[in-house]
Amino acid sequence: MKSKQISVTEAVSMIKDGMTVMIGGFMAVGSPISIIDKMVESGVKNLTIICNDTAFPDKGIGKLVANKQVKKIITSHIGTNPSTIEQFNNKEIDIEFNPQGTLVERIRSAGAGLGGFLTPTGLGTVVQNGKQVINVDGRDYLLEKPLKADVALLGASISDTYGNLFYKGSSQNFNTAMATAADLVIAEAEEIVEAGKIAPENVATQSIFVHYIVKRTV
Amino acid sequence: MDKNQIREVIARRAALELKDGDLVNLGIGLPTCVPDYIPKDVHVILQSENGLIGIGPSPAPGEEDKNLSNAGGGYVTLKCGASCFDSATSFGIIRGGHVDVTILGALQVDEKGNLANWMIPGKLTPGMGGAMDLVSGAKKVIIAMEHTAKGSHKIMTECSLPLTAAGQVNLIITEMGVMEITPEGIVLKEINPEFTVEEVQAATEAKLIIPKDIKPIQQ
Repeated sequence: MKSKQISVTEAVSMIKDGMTVMIGGFMAVGSPISIIDKMVESGVKNLTIICNDTAFPDKGIGKLVANKQVKKIITSHIGTNPSTIEQFNNKEIDIEFNPQGTLVERIRSAGAGLGGFLTPTGLGTVVQNGKQVINVDGRDYLLEKPLKADVALLGASISDTYGNLFYKGSSQNFNTAMATAADLVIAEAEEIVEAGKIAPENVATQSIFVHYIVKRTV
Repeated sequence: MDKNQIREVIARRAALELKDGDLVNLGIGLPTCVPDYIPKDVHVILQSENGLIGIGPSPAPGEEDKNLSNAGGGYVTLKCGASCFDSATSFGIIRGGHVDVTILGALQVDEKGNLANWMIPGKLTPGMGGAMDLVSGAKKVIIAMEHTAKGSHKIMTECSLPLTAAGQVNLIITEMGVMEITPEGIVLKEINPEFTVEEVQAATEAKLIIPKDIKPIQQ
């Protein structure tokens, strides 16, 4: 099989204005930081970003927000990024808050061919607004719908040339679910090795989900 | 009591709620001090919603692993026997009732066990993060917080701020005492001897139920 490796510049050229982009990472751990830096350089704009959090203004996904390239964010937490909070308060940016477990499961549902899932999380709160409540065996649940994107950008520790991914420490987080739920999936890895160098049972994201890989440059 | 004494009383008491073998998730802020006070013969397993079980102490300066943080973004270490996983698994653990205890802070909590800790409309909108899932899914929900916010009530008849979850809180621990949420209302089970029952009630909007056998706060 041919290597899926491309340059960061080639990867970013596939991300167009107005696209919906999932970006992996949790407070920037497990985020594709070289791709993000290049997106900031490219100036691609009017993006809808799906991410756990918007990290920090000078780190991770937060850089795209601080550079005003984002029109909408579907996320669980913005508290560590004053730039996101300011743009949200000034109504320059639209934010859809999802409980963290609901957000990842909506992404997983989209990638797993499910029409959504039922969760008790958010019952009796504003998260319930506009959603169907379904009672199963005497207990109420909210119906949460799947969430897809045009592009998913992942941050892995090691990729092989086929795009099998391995994640160290806490860097898996949203990456594995996002890999399954977008039309185009690009993974950035700290290290790229020959196919076969990652033990098959240590592969956390399978190569079939990954279209392109890039090597981290920072 | 000064700020540090208040935090120590609360954290020391909250630590006594943890049993050997419990899987525990701690919210950011005061709850992260709780492990400092866990009795030596009690071993709990700390979970973090970004995908870790078996968190150890903070790393020494220079020893940080940039791929290993807790849900607050701070670098951590892992204990022997720890494991790492993705967010979908992590929230399966949380929603699935596998977390024995979660200890969180609050903006408000009320006599029905409702909790508000994720936003103040027009002022503070950090987002709920994993709090809604944790409070819905953990077997026991403990609120560890200062009794009032600079004198304004936080323990309410009914929360006025947007809820994190309805009817999920089991226990409230403050520097003034320990309160249990029951179907009848909030029972003041333990009191800090530095305060009178009248003082605790004055600092609480909800009407407290005072049992005959009220005990001094365990430390």
